[in-house]
Amino acid sequence: MFYRENGQFKTSYTADAQIFPILQDRLFVIAMLLAAFVLVPLWGSDYLLRALLIPFLILALAALGLNVLVGYCGQISLGTGAFMAVGAYAAYNLMARLPGMPLLLALLLAGLIAAAVGMLFGLPSLRIRGLYLAVATLAAQFLADWVFSHVAWLTMGSASGSVTAPRLDVFGLAIEGPVRKYLLCLTLLCIVALAVKNLVRARKGREWMATRDMDVAASVIGISPVRAKLSAFGVSSFVAGIAGALWAFVHLGSWEPAAFNIDMSFKLLFMIIIGGLGSVMGSFFGAAFIVLLPIALNRLPAMVGLQLSTSLVSHLELMVFGALIVFFLIVEPHGLARLWITAKNKLRVWPFPH
Amino acid sequence: MGFLLETLIAGLMAGVLYALIALGFVLIYKASGVFNFAQGAMVLFAALTMARLQDHMPWPLAFLLAFGLMVVLAWLIERLVLRHLVNQSGVALLMATLGIAYFLEGLGQLVWGDDIYRIDLGLPKQPTVVLSGLIPGGLLLSREDLIATLAAALLVALLTLFFQKSDVGRALRAVADDHQAAQSIGIPLSRMWVIVWSIAGLVALVTGMIWGSKLGVQFSLSLIALKGLPVVILGGLTSVPGAIVGGLIVGLGEKLAEVYLGPMLGGGIESWFAYLLALGFLLLRPQGLFGERIIDRV
Amino acid sequence: MTFHPSLRAAALALALTGALPTPSVQAATAEQFFPVLVYRTGPYGPNGVPWANGYVDYLKMLNARDGGINGVKITFEECETGYATDRGVECYERLKGKGPTGASVFQPLSTGVTFALTEKAPKDKIPLITAGYGRSESQDGAVFKWNYPLLGSYWTAADIIMQDIIKREGGAAKLRGKKIALVYHDSPYGKEPIAMLEERAKMHGFTLDKLPVTAPGVEQKATWLQVRRDRPDYVLLWGWGVMNSTALKEAIATAYPLDHMYGVWWSGAEPDVKDVGADAKGYRALAMQYGSGIGRVQQDILKQVYDKNQGTGPRDTVGQVLYNRGVYSAILAVEGVRRAQEQYGKKPMSGEQVRWGLENLDLNEAALKRLGVDGQLRTLRTTCENHLGSSWARVQTWDGAKWVMSPEWYDADMQIIKPMVQQAAARYAKERDITPRDCAREASGA
Repeated sequence: MFYRENGQFKTSYTADAQIFPILQDRLFVIAMLLAAFVLVPLWGSDYLLRALLIPFLILALAALGLNVLVGYCGQISLGTGAFMAVGAYAAYNLMARLPGMPLLLALLLAGLIAAAVGMLFGLPSLRIRGLYLAVATLAAQFLADWVFSHVAWLTMGSASGSVTAPRLDVFGLAIEGPVRKYLLCLTLLCIVALAVKNLVRARKGREWMATRDMDVAASVIGISPVRAKLSAFGVSSFVAGIAGALWAFVHLGSWEPAAFNIDMSFKLLFMIIIGGLGSVMGSFFGAAFIVLLPIALNRLPAMVGLQLSTSLVSHLELMVFGALIVFFLIVEPHGLARLWITAKNKLRVWPFPH
Repeated sequence: MGFLLETLIAGLMAGVLYALIALGFVLIYKASGVFNFAQGAMVLFAALTMARLQDHMPWPLAFLLAFGLMVVLAWLIERLVLRHLVNQSGVALLMATLGIAYFLEGLGQLVWGDDIYRIDLGLPKQPTVVLSGLIPGGLLLSREDLIATLAAALLVALLTLFFQKSDVGRALRAVADDHQAAQSIGIPLSRMWVIVWSIAGLVALVTGMIWGSKLGVQFSLSLIALKGLPVVILGGLTSVPGAIVGGLIVGLGEKLAEVYLGPMLGGGIESWFAYLLALGFLLLRPQGLFGERIIDRV
Repeated sequence: MTFHPSLRAAALALALTGALPTPSVQAATAEQFFPVLVYRTGPYGPNGVPWANGYVDYLKMLNARDGGINGVKITFEECETGYATDRGVECYERLKGKGPTGASVFQPLSTGVTFALTEKAPKDKIPLITAGYGRSESQDGAVFKWNYPLLGSYWTAADIIMQDIIKREGGAAKLRGKKIALVYHDSPYGKEPIAMLEERAKMHGFTLDKLPVTAPGVEQKATWLQVRRDRPDYVLLWGWGVMNSTALKEAIATAYPLDHMYGVWWSGAEPDVKDVGADAKGYRALAMQYGSGIGRVQQDILKQVYDKNQGTGPRDTVGQVLYNRGVYSAILAVEGVRRAQEQYGKKPMSGEQVRWGLENLDLNEAALKRLGVDGQLRTLRTTCENHLGSSWARVQTWDGAKWVMSPEWYDADMQIIKPMVQQAAARYAKERDITPRDCAREASGA
């Protein structure tokens, strides 16, 4: 009743190929964007922006990148943290070594470098599949951890392997304070999300999905598995690289290789599985869930007036986190994105059951 | 010469322990198609249980009780998790075991405490020197490591025998080959799963005892399972001999690399060397050394 | 209509988190808020717990005994970082706005978190205390206005260990041609002393073997094989958590003489040797001023907090090495506030005011007596250019059952450290576009 597409006719191919073919969806997305770009910066508190929204936006970006690889192309990776680290250190080196390097260009180049590294580590995917590949991508993870803490050249000779982000400027505007940082991340996320959405709806996306569903069959109908898999690794690592650079520059400000360790890789994989594999929306849901859950769990006892010790809370947090993951996998294996669709369908037929 | 031998021995001893961890992964993967990331958390949980029970009773009794708890845990995992995830993709199952891992880490520390505890098996800590007549300076061997290695090797041998010869072992192999066919000839799938997870629990307990008596029982025990991963893919996810041979290769390769290659590269290369080694092998044999051949059917 | 079960869970989760960004609307009472960043779980939990207990117990004791700081009641909140940088940053963001004046001083308790917060704290005008850890060059207050590595840094630690070795050898000249191995946690923490040790190696002509151990350090066989091969004259241990006890056990298993092994102050507490027991006899570790024991301040804590059953941890852990270090860290934070109150009035202090307090801290013998730490801490005095305050340390030896303090005090050799600090700080200032403060002028102007 709230959400009916009756009477909306598509009279041209362009109209049929829109991302949001239904008016209500378009209105909803516009409202969300307005809220995100205008209302949040106006009324969002410092804490909301810095501790919740900025990490959420950056992790959503990284999850989106991983989702291209895992959700669309079916190649499992446990090494996303490594590609984020490559992006972060590449951007750092570009900014530090080339004076006058604009931030956006540095981010772009960092993404490209990450993409190159990603494709290199994607090469085994041509031979190895499934869980073997997943464990093999851990090689990228541990190698990156080591390289960035041992090759002094990459950290400009920092003895301790930890480096500090430079001053951030976009078109002469200093990116300082939570609002500007938030807007930078939001803008980049929107651009990348739009690009990825279009990519997966286009020829490339179909190739990826065909490879995911059955790569032998895909190659029989003329899709080159080499190109499909490597391009997925490339695009995925490109996005992850940008996310890594943002995580380092904007969120942490100063970081060490451990900021992109295996926990980060697992966390991103959780996001897309809980959010929904092969869904752009799912990456956002998953990121929101994983960012908010620990904070919510941490605050819950205090909110209901329970005084628990920190260690008790952290242990409970681990337990609830684990239990929720299992719970979600059991009741909704397709992730939160599927719930979103279910909810939309319910709204469409309400108040009738069918 | 003496030093090279010592390095080789240290590598082999580490290799046997890795093989033990890898065996935990392989058993579960074979029988239920689950890549069990919770193996590490199970090690921690089992070791914590054993260490805390040992305060009140002699260690063999504590061992039995801890094993009993691991069986209960296996039953619960089958009941509450695996049963509901039949026919899910490999990644979803892997994620579920990560969920179990978090849960167990939290539960273990919540129930048993988060300090460092001691499992005292009365093993000798001081090293001993052997073969001093043959090699100048002799060979320095840690007696504790030696006993631990023997215990691990014994367990590995027993499990292999059990898997190959006993009725339950045969049934398990049938389940591993084809779930549906096994079920149709009357093998109860869910009971098999409980058995295999219990065995993995036993492996976890022994791993926890060996490492726990060495490192002290604490949270970090859950991280040693990561050492088993390259072993598993090197040897093949479905192969028991693969786990053993893979463990030895990784143990040897890792120690040799760190000792001889490490100083040139700046050290600490152990963490990734095993993975690169495994990756190299995989490029030659994508199913691992002893894994089942992957046949694609369209 | 019926909801899908997981839809309900999602709605619940949303409802919970919806109420999250609680704006800190609090009555403007006379309260001073202390954020407490801790790690009570994870690989480093066993070491993090006693520190956190000591910190919190001291604050509780002050409230019980004195009713706070000059009548300003103390409130605090713990936040679990798990020794992870991103969680530390999240904790910082969460806690910095709490209390009537916001968080007025942070203690990151991790070198990684310190590096991240060094960038954030100046913008929020909140000082950082990193007692015995953090960035070594941050003792230069002209550049690092908001960092306070009070009581010592890793450079002073490395320097003092070298002094003890020189003394044992009977003169610096005896070090020529010797070999010293550094077994370190492969992280910013473990790498901090390298610069200092390399400087000393150049001065005295010994060789430095660097042996990194990948965190958390459960597998060190290869490292100790190298120690066995190279037979260094001394081994310095820069570990944390499980790495320490594992290193000691591997040292025993490779028959390395433990009395030639030195730990930094984070490698010399009860959890590190507890599991090794008598076998670790002879192992030496640095003690940051004071090791374990119960003095007047700990007695007060026992009386005011534990006798009322409000202790944070078990009673018998009071007075342990890391527990005491937590107490001293809390004392330093509180004294910063107290000093600020002398200047700005007896009310809750802001971060900026506490920074002034920390920079003008003067804990003389009388102050130490008042605090109940006479005989435990030495006098400490900070200035604009010296944020270290004091760099005394002693060496303690594990006798198989307890730590035994040797009576000598060592002070770090500033002639070596100062130029290194200045160089590193100047580099940082250039990188970050910071104009160093003119301390001489500030002193005369103020």
